[in-house]
Amino acid sequence: MSAVAHEHDHHHEESFVTKYLFSLDHKMIAKQFLITGLIWAFFGGGLSILFRIQLGFPNADLSWLEPLLGNWIQEDGKMDPNFYLAAVTMHGTIMVFFVLTAGLSGTFSNLLIPLQIGARDMASGLMNMLSYWFFFASGVLMMISLFLETGPASGGWVAYPPLSALTDLGEAAPGQGAGMTLWLTAMALFIVSSLLGSVNYVATVINMRTKGLTFDRLPLTIWAFFVTAIIGLLSFPVLFAAALLLIFDRNFGTSFYLSDIYVNGEALSHVGGSPILYQHLFWFLGHPEVYIVLIPALGITSEIIATNSRKPIFGYKAMIASILGIAFLSFIVWGHHMFSSGMNPFLGSVFMFLTLIIAIPSAVKAFNYITTLWKGNIIFTPAMLFSIGLVSLFVSGGVTGIALGNSALDIQLHDTYFVVAHFHLVMGAASFFGMVAGIYHWFPKMFGRMMDDRLGYVHFWLTFIGVYMVFMPMHYIGIQGFPRRYYSYSAYDTWSDYVNPETFNISMFISIAAFITFSAQAIFVFNFIYSALKGKRATQNPWNSNTLEWTTPVEGIHGNWPGEIPEVHRWPYDYSKPGAKEDFIPQTVPFSETPESNLEGEA
Amino acid sequence: MNILVIVGVLVLVILVLIFRVQSLVAILRGSDKRVDGLSNRINGGMFLIFLFGGLGLFFWYTFSKSHVYNLPEAASIHGKETDMLFAITMAVIVAVFVIVNFLILFFAYKYQYKKDREVKFYPDNHLLETVWTIIPAIVLAALVFGGWRSWTEITADAKESDKPVVFEIVGQQFLWASRYPGMDGELGKHDFRSIDSKNSFGIDLNDEKGYDDFMPLNIHVPVGKEVLMRIRAKDVIHSVFIPHLRVKMDAVPGMPTQFRFTPTKTTDEMRSLLNDPEFTYEIACTEICGRGHFGMKHTLVVDTPEEYAKWYAEQSKDASFASLNEKYLVEKVPAEKKDALNAVLAKIKGEEVVAEPVVETPVVDSLTTDSTIVEVASDSTVSDSSPELAH
Ligand code: HEM
Ligand SMILES: [Cu+2]
Ligand SMILES: [Cu+2]
Repeated sequence: MSAVAHEHDHHHEESFVTKYLFSLDHKMIAKQFLITGLIWAFFGGGLSILFRIQLGFPNADLSWLEPLLGNWIQEDGKMDPNFYLAAVTMHGTIMVFFVLTAGLSGTFSNLLIPLQIGARDMASGLMNMLSYWFFFASGVLMMISLFLETGPASGGWVAYPPLSALTDLGEAAPGQGAGMTLWLTAMALFIVSSLLGSVNYVATVINMRTKGLTFDRLPLTIWAFFVTAIIGLLSFPVLFAAALLLIFDRNFGTSFYLSDIYVNGEALSHVGGSPILYQHLFWFLGHPEVYIVLIPALGITSEIIATNSRKPIFGYKAMIASILGIAFLSFIVWGHHMFSSGMNPFLGSVFMFLTLIIAIPSAVKAFNYITTLWKGNIIFTPAMLFSIGLVSLFVSGGVTGIALGNSALDIQLHDTYFVVAHFHLVMGAASFFGMVAGIYHWFPKMFGRMMDDRLGYVHFWLTFIGVYMVFMPMHYIGIQGFPRRYYSYSAYDTWSDYVNPETFNISMFISIAAFITFSAQAIFVFNFIYSALKGKRATQNPWNSNTLEWTTPVEGIHGNWPGEIPEVHRWPYDYSKPGAKEDFIPQTVPFSETPESNLEGEA
Repeated sequence: MNILVIVGVLVLVILVLIFRVQSLVAILRGSDKRVDGLSNRINGGMFLIFLFGGLGLFFWYTFSKSHVYNLPEAASIHGKETDMLFAITMAVIVAVFVIVNFLILFFAYKYQYKKDREVKFYPDNHLLETVWTIIPAIVLAALVFGGWRSWTEITADAKESDKPVVFEIVGQQFLWASRYPGMDGELGKHDFRSIDSKNSFGIDLNDEKGYDDFMPLNIHVPVGKEVLMRIRAKDVIHSVFIPHLRVKMDAVPGMPTQFRFTPTKTTDEMRSLLNDPEFTYEIACTEICGRGHFGMKHTLVVDTPEEYAKWYAEQSKDASFASLNEKYLVEKVPAEKKDALNAVLAKIKGEEVVAEPVVETPVVDSLTTDSTIVEVASDSTVSDSSPELAH
């Protein structure tokens, strides 16, 4: 570490390339992840607007979109169903992996792990840099696939074979050719990126904590990033294997997932494979993935809620225990995505029991947040608003898991909009809120300036109301049985009446709410860019927070602290401690300096 | 619905106004630097408005539309049961949803920053934590137990003695097709390598049980009888979804699946019950399978047992694989199966064949308890055997 500090002394002039592109500094890499993630969020969100146009207004003449979508708009002015499916697929992939995995965990693990544990940088700056550039390369491939003549992959973000394994389905699924090849390659690169990052996060947290920062004094953010990295290390390789076998099936004639297939007028030679095998492998990552996305958001929220309630987080140890419990359980519940896949029904029962157990640590977390708010003195910074919003969304989306996790009820609900509502609230919106909260909160650490509060308030209220308006109504049509990934419902008497385009209907309502919510993000983009350039200068510790990152200089230097790395003497949540002079006591303050507020055993 | 939009727009306008006024006032008072300034109060107030406005909207919409947005009318035995379970589960869900959101949003309002508020330093309380770990555990255990019982029942293998009505549904891009056992009461084996333009189901010609199978345009099942639906797919994964029967099961190439159900309402009964003379049971695909996924519709008719027996007798006589493709079969069937084929053809045509062991099974075996029903039914009109095309 002294080497880093040493280097810092001698290289004041950095070239543009080493400073902004191939930077080894964790703070710069964090910004790279953030900006890339936000750009992807724009694309991912934009795609959802396109398919919401189709769903809300299936009869509309969309010729005006031709300059943007070209041949994807058919001659009759309607959207091509293949484009619809491609958009849904890309939306899911981009949001889950590029935005909420890389953009959220990549950004804040990189930014906060060294800063909050008192390290000069990550364990390996080089691996960290590679992690970003693998992510970037993955994004480039995914982006190219969007512009292919035959379109990007269109078999859903879960990419089940045989649909994803058959390379030549013609008009039935043109994206499954070159588009799917690019998708798989991009995912493979993404997994490499994620693994490089995770190894680094784990190594850094274990080895590089400053003096006095024991595991039972770690901020919950770090606990969250740490556990998330471990989940990623254990589950992403399985997805890698799944993707590799799929590539073999596609290109080298193996039959891991294929059997008894008759397509394009001929019987394929594959026998003995099992499409269900892929689903098991996929969801072995896929379920943990939902927590890879959510846990960092919960960690961020824990920190922000404690700071802005001016109260210690309630049940610190229980919070850690529930993160660990969720992490462990997340590996043994994947089968709840497969109740109606034809899996052995006995296995279904087992997965049902395990799934409902995971609801318990999730509930504990929600209750702990609420108790933290109780009798606090809440300062509504935009970050705090988004964190409170997160807890609300997490609960509202999580409760429906109780119905979905019940295999008997899931028969009717599986692959309907009820599931879409569930996971968008609990994982999509909640994690997105966590990411935005993190940006508002640590913006001063990243850019040395403050974001505008008032714009932040408007942004929050529009987004919070908007998200509920978009996803609550989906429960109703989900209960009605509306299948997901449908281009149109007009073929079915069971459903077409509910979304008759001649009258104002619930689907239009959802679409309009989505347009408003998406547009409201412009406020955020403006605030972000404007504040990064012209915002009010930040003070060193703008939120009166206890954690170590607020002891570093505002301008953010190589090696993080100009002199010695500070030593830690207490846990991070001494807010409003009875007897204390101020309502916060930073982790660096020894007990010997605070005799007036020390509790029993603290000396 | 229009009201919702108006409310939405109003909320928007109010928001914008509030923030305009607020910034003006703040500038006038020079108070925009203070934590307990106007913005904190407005945000706190907004949480309260959001809480009650949101819950109000939720309950108002749910109740005013409860007749519209509900599970579709259940028409199967297990469907009735899981609907009950769903209602109980939803009651628990809504209760938790309301209470917990109330606490979050109300606390946000109530404990907004006040300059001299005493903050309670409250790092933990083991009793409280134990309680709220155990209570959800108990509630969940109860719910799971109910679900587990239904699930085991639904997925249990059919008992031999039940002699369910069996048919097969096959998915391919982008249509469903069905196959019934013919007069011998048993489905023939299949092999995907046998598929060709005449034999789209890949009926295995080495198995004479398949010769008399028939493939109707519409699926028919009798009311009140247990039905065993065998499911397969030719190309990619599809999923059979029959919303009114609470049936959903994937159709997987290379891995046959099945679903057992007992319909409780005939198509006609549903028509009068729903007051919809056009009603038909629809089958949808719920696993993404390509361009035509959204249009992969099929229909199902639930008949009275009499109607069903009549339909079945007609179809097995006039629409069997053997009778429609006699030439094809004569050409393709392996030499040692020629006799069997002839026997099947003869039987279908109503000729007597002696010394043929295969055809000894009673005609429509378990389907009709009384063989005279076939005659009785012949003068009642069959509700919907009109070949309403699936595609
Ligand atoms: C209370 C605990 C939870 C339970 C019991 C639960 C249960 C379920 C079940 C059974 C499904 C499958 C539904 C189906 O496909 O028919 C599902 C889907 C999903 N859940 Fe949850 N869930 C819970 C919490 C969460 C959390 C916390 C997240 C995210 C962080 C999440 C994210 C998802 C996602 C992304 C899907 C859909 C995946 C897809 O099919 O595309 N769930 N959940
Ligand atoms: Cu899951
Ligand atoms: Cu389909």
